[in-house]
Amino acid sequence: MIKIDPRRIWLWLTAHIDSLLLSFMLMLMLIGLIVLYSATGQDLAQTTGQMLNMLVALVAMWAVANISPQNLARAALPVYGLGLLLLVGVALFGDVSHGARRWLNIGIRIQPSEMMKLAVPLMLAWFLDRREKTLNLKDFGIAVLMLVVPVGLIVKQPDLGTSLLISAAGFYVLFLAGLSWRIMLGLVAMGAASTPILWSLLHDYQRQRILTLIDPSQDPLGAGYHIIQSSIALGSGGIFGKGWFNGTQTHLDFLPERTTDFIFAVYAEEFGLAGNLILLALYALLIGRGLVIAAKAPTLFSRLLAGSITLTFFTYAFVNMGMVSGILPVVGVPLPLISYGGTSMVTLLVGFGMLMSIQTHRKLVQS
Amino acid sequence: MNRPTELRNTQRELYYFRWRLGIAAAGAVLLFTLLAGRFFFLQVTQYEYFHTLAENNRISIVPVVPNRGLILDRNGIVLAHNYSAYTLEITPSKIQDMEATINGLATLVDIQQRDRKRFRRLLEESRNFESLPIRARLNDIEVARFAANRFRFPGVDIKARLFRHYPKGELASHAIGHIGRINEADLDQLEASEDMANYRGSDHIGKLGVEQSYEKQLHGVTGFEQVETDAGGHAIRTLSRRAPVSGSDLTLTLDSRLQEVADKAFEQYRGALVAIDPKNGEVLAFISKPGFDPNLFIDGIDPTSWDALNNSPDKPLNNRALRGQYPPGSTFKPFMALAGLELGKRTPSYTISDPGFFTLPGNSHHYRDWKTGGHGTVDLYKSIVISCDTYYYRLANDLGPDNIFNFIGQFGFGKKTGIDIEGETTGLLPSREWKMKRYHQKWYAGDTISVGIGQGYNLATPLQLAFATAILANNGTVIRPHLVRSILDAGTNQVRTMPAAKPVALALKPENLELVKKAMIAVTQPGGTAARVGAGAPYLIAGKTGTAQVIAIKQTEKYVASRVSERNRDHALFIAYAPADDPKIALAILVENGGHGGSVAGPIARVVIDYFLLGKVPPPPVPPVGAIEEEHD
Repeated sequence: MIKIDPRRIWLWLTAHIDSLLLSFMLMLMLIGLIVLYSATGQDLAQTTGQMLNMLVALVAMWAVANISPQNLARAALPVYGLGLLLLVGVALFGDVSHGARRWLNIGIRIQPSEMMKLAVPLMLAWFLDRREKTLNLKDFGIAVLMLVVPVGLIVKQPDLGTSLLISAAGFYVLFLAGLSWRIMLGLVAMGAASTPILWSLLHDYQRQRILTLIDPSQDPLGAGYHIIQSSIALGSGGIFGKGWFNGTQTHLDFLPERTTDFIFAVYAEEFGLAGNLILLALYALLIGRGLVIAAKAPTLFSRLLAGSITLTFFTYAFVNMGMVSGILPVVGVPLPLISYGGTSMVTLLVGFGMLMSIQTHRKLVQS
Repeated sequence: MNRPTELRNTQRELYYFRWRLGIAAAGAVLLFTLLAGRFFFLQVTQYEYFHTLAENNRISIVPVVPNRGLILDRNGIVLAHNYSAYTLEITPSKIQDMEATINGLATLVDIQQRDRKRFRRLLEESRNFESLPIRARLNDIEVARFAANRFRFPGVDIKARLFRHYPKGELASHAIGHIGRINEADLDQLEASEDMANYRGSDHIGKLGVEQSYEKQLHGVTGFEQVETDAGGHAIRTLSRRAPVSGSDLTLTLDSRLQEVADKAFEQYRGALVAIDPKNGEVLAFISKPGFDPNLFIDGIDPTSWDALNNSPDKPLNNRALRGQYPPGSTFKPFMALAGLELGKRTPSYTISDPGFFTLPGNSHHYRDWKTGGHGTVDLYKSIVISCDTYYYRLANDLGPDNIFNFIGQFGFGKKTGIDIEGETTGLLPSREWKMKRYHQKWYAGDTISVGIGQGYNLATPLQLAFATAILANNGTVIRPHLVRSILDAGTNQVRTMPAAKPVALALKPENLELVKKAMIAVTQPGGTAARVGAGAPYLIAGKTGTAQVIAIKQTEKYVASRVSERNRDHALFIAYAPADDPKIALAILVENGGHGGSVAGPIARVVIDYFLLGKVPPPPVPPVGAIEEEHD
């Protein structure tokens, strides 16, 4: 019989967990469950389902946290390659649902673009780390290509939200790796110049979303409905909110997609400005912790990866709250750690697992 | 690995990385601050605005339609009431293929061709956001059958509603009137009277008769419910409620049993009857024959029924009592007689010798008496009893048009009586001014002559005749006739008797009145033109017969009823009051194309008065046997 030593088990469990990061995450996830329970109309089954999603994601996070950064770096190329292959597969044989070709049926339906959210920064960080000594413009060019190909495939699906987040993740890697300001300015100028071309490539509904953002009242019952109703939910929440379960916009069905992309409106209506500021603070703490990990990371690969994951997480939160509060167009970006959904929860927590891996393996190396 | 340059290089890179990371962090802080600012703007600065929007989203104001007041007769018999039933209603704006929808509904509930036609007509006239009834009064089976299939028919609903119903149907339909669906014209009127808010939720409004003129009292005050609704418009709960105030119940002056008796007495004849209590102006019976079923009009009449009513030569929609204008004929004579006495143109003992006609000086035209050869020596009393035309030709000539206009006008001829329903016509009492205005001609002496016997330009409504008779019966006291006796206010539960209009007493000499009234009593006695009316009555009836010509008869011809097509025959008129010594009822009867007043209109008067004074219900009519007593105008 092997003697079970609880202390050893605890150590084994927690060795690669960053407690600060975990506690901020858990607080946000708890808020997520509280809001979801209200948003679903006190549907215990759905809330428990989300709790299960969280548990699965936490296990995945734990597993990834236990992989050393070196091994993560080794996985970069295969994961990226597989992801790209699957994206091409989607483009060729993907299932169409709601007018978008996003899913691939390989026994189970998977969404390769979700995987690319991590595969792209991983790949770029690995690539730039390899060229660390001789990093030049050509390397940046290759890196940009590594970013643009999957993003292009995802834009075509079409999935504006995901491609935006992946672009952001890739961009953060390039930015942190020291891409010169001049080139960035050039890229921005090019982007601005290509706006009309991009506009012509956009699907009608995507154009509509952007137009609606500019003037939601143009189409109050159609495309503008989401924005108007979510603004009303937010604004009518006031300073302290209407209270848990008391959001009228939420519970009288005025809010669309209130468990997923628009869950923030539910939260803001029921908990008000005070709740929003608490939420912003928690996000800020979580992001701050991620940035500290990045700043302390020992290798360029781990720095770039940690920085990109953290800033992408920020982008998630900002874009979602921005769109719900009406300062950004409605793109399908969930509120990280709060919105209902298993896939994005797993992706997010796997990302945090990477952060923890970077943080804890550094400690181990040092000790 | 340990070369210093590389280390320094690594250090520098780390420094540079942290610098970039710092910029990113600063950007993140900036953007989060921007978000916080946005939240502050929405949730603090704009809070009131969004709060209002959210409340508007959440709360809808639902009008609660008050129950319409009942209409009762003077004895409490219900003439108009409401009952609750289900209707099948369609909201046109939510329907794409109306025909398919109706066909689909027809498989579940019975929808007749007339329902479809009526609905189509409503559709054309309506505001398209309101729901329109395709079928009223669904039975339980139909309700259940539709409810099970409701999901197949978006935009179609079953509504529990109160329905107006007139249990007596045609009886008194011209006095009671009816309600109908609110149309554009009604809306304009409501808008103008600033009553719009009170009609939110109301579908119907009084269109005719008492239903129209007492709309304000009958309608009541609309209540409101604040209802929390979800985004789909489904009511979740009631937040607050201001109860509606039901419409007031009206008690009419009409006696519906008297009305029934009188209605039956007309048999197949067209015509009108108005009976008034001379002491207070209460209208006891108000008949225009033929009538119509007001129930047809409530939710829009179907085109077939409408055409039948509108195109009928009998014109059942025409309110003869209120709007029909007929020459008063000889019923005019008692008033002429009074004018002669009062204005000193005649004394009771003054006589004429009647050759059977009258001529104006210097004119050969013969104004003929109805009796060829004349009535011999005639004084004022006899002139009424036997209805001598020649006497009144001469009297009219002696009085002149101005005197006639001024004196007779006091009895309400030529102007509205002021009864409390709308649409009254004025009749016509001709004057010099009128003729100048109407024909641009001066008044000729010849014009006056036929006015004297109620012909010529003279026109009066049956209501005016009854009103004038009531004034006479009441010794010259003028009391405006009215149909509503009292109002039971649903809010305060108090009965408010309609304020009787201030009686106006005409300055008439009692002895002159006495003489005319005595002569009118004699009319219904043996030797009078309506002797049969008074025969065997245990009370005295004062009356006067009359005949209104429908077509002019040439100088040389004699009117023979059988030679004239039915609709060109003379109208029969009769005015009366009883008991003569203490009048309780005054009435005027017009029978279209009924011939002589005494023979057709008179018996109706007797039946009505018998019932009113004695409670005697007439036996079912029997075909006339034997010779009819020869009676003349």
